Amino acid sequence: MTNVAVHLEAKQHPLQAHMHDASASGATHTKGQQHPIKLYLVVWGWLFVLSTCSYLVDYFGLHGHLRWSLILLFMVLKAGLIVAVFMHMAWERLALAYAILLPPVLVLVFVTIMVLESDYTHLLRVLFFASTA
Amino acid sequence: MAETALINNVEPPARPAGWRGIAADWSSDQRAFKNVSWGKAMMWIFLLSDTFIFSCFLLSYMTARMSTTVPWPNPSEVFALTIGEKKIPLILIAIMTFILISSSGTMAMAVNFGYRRDRVKTAALMLATAAFGATFVGMQAFEWTKLIVEGVRPWGNPWGAAQFGSSFFMITGFHGTHVTIGVIFLIAIARKVLRGDFDVERRGFFTSRKGHYEIVEITGLYWHFVDLVWVFIFALFYLW
Repeated sequence: MTNVAVHLEAKQHPLQAHMHDASASGATHTKGQQHPIKLYLVVWGWLFVLSTCSYLVDYFGLHGHLRWSLILLFMVLKAGLIVAVFMHMAWERLALAYAILLPPVLVLVFVTIMVLESDYTHLLRVLFFASTA
Repeated sequence: MAETALINNVEPPARPAGWRGIAADWSSDQRAFKNVSWGKAMMWIFLLSDTFIFSCFLLSYMTARMSTTVPWPNPSEVFALTIGEKKIPLILIAIMTFILISSSGTMAMAVNFGYRRDRVKTAALMLATAAFGATFVGMQAFEWTKLIVEGVRPWGNPWGAAQFGSSFFMITGFHGTHVTIGVIFLIAIARKVLRGDFDVERRGFFTSRKGHYEIVEITGLYWHFVDLVWVFIFALFYLW
C-alpha cells in the first residue's frame, strides 16, 4: 500500500505541485483555487497579444491557408489559456478535466459530417440551380 | 486503533494521479469528482451542454456558408467603421473582444480575492466585470442597429448570401443573451458578497441554504465561458 502511495507521489503532475506551493505560500490559507495574482495578469497580457495578432491577420488582409491556419492557431491558444488558467482546469483532477473536455472534441466528427454534406449540397446547387439563379 | 485514528486526522488519504486516478475516481462507487463540490460540477456540466448549443449554431453557419453558391458578404468590410474619415476594418469587434477579455481578467482576480475573504475587493472586481459586460452588450446593440439600418435582415442583405443575416443575428444574439444573464448573475452575487452573506453564512432567499465564497468561482466559470464562446465566434464568424 505504501509502495503505491510513493509511486503515485513521484508521478504527481507538475501543475498540481504548483497548486500545493500556491496554497502553502498563501498568507490566508483557505480551501479552493488559490493562485498568485501575477499569473492572471500574465495570462491577461497574453490574451491581449493573441487577440491583437488575430486582428492583425484581418487588418493586413492575409488570405488563403495562411489566414485560416493563423486564425485557428490564435483561437485555440486563447481558448486553451482561458480554460486552463482562468477556469482553473489545469489544477482540477483529470476525472473532471476529461469528462468536460473530451465530449466537445467529438464535435469535430459532426464538423466532418457537415463539411461532406455541404460539399454535396453545393455540388447539387452548382449542377442544377446556379445557372438560373 | 489509536494510531489509525491519529493518521486519519492528520491527512486524508492521497488519491492517485494520472490515468490511474481517472479509473480510481470513476470506479470508486462514490462521487466521481472528488474535490469538486456539486455546485461547481453542475456548472461545468451545464457549460458542457451550452458548448453543444453554440457548436450547433456555428455548425449550421458553416453548413450555410459552405453550401451556398452566392458569395458570402465580406465581414471585414461589413463590420468596418469610419473613424476620422478613415475606414478601419472590424475595429468595433476588436474593441469588443478586448473589453470581454478584460472582464475575464477582473473576474479571475475577483475569484482570488473571494477565497481570501476580501469582501470589498471581490465585490468591486465583480462589479467591474459586470460593467465591462454591460459595455459589451451596449456595443453589440450599436452594431445590430447599424446593420439593421443598412438593410441586413434574417432573410436577406444588400451584399450577398441571404443566410448571412440569419446566422449573424442567431449567433451574436444568443451570445449577447448569455452576456446579459451573466451581468445580472454577477450583480446578484456581488451584492451578496458585499453584504457579507458568505461570512455570516446567511441563508439564501430562494434556497434557504448557506452560501460560500465558492459561488464567486462558479459565477466566474460561467463568465469565462461567455468569453470563451466569443473567442470562437470572433475567429469563425468575423475573421474567417
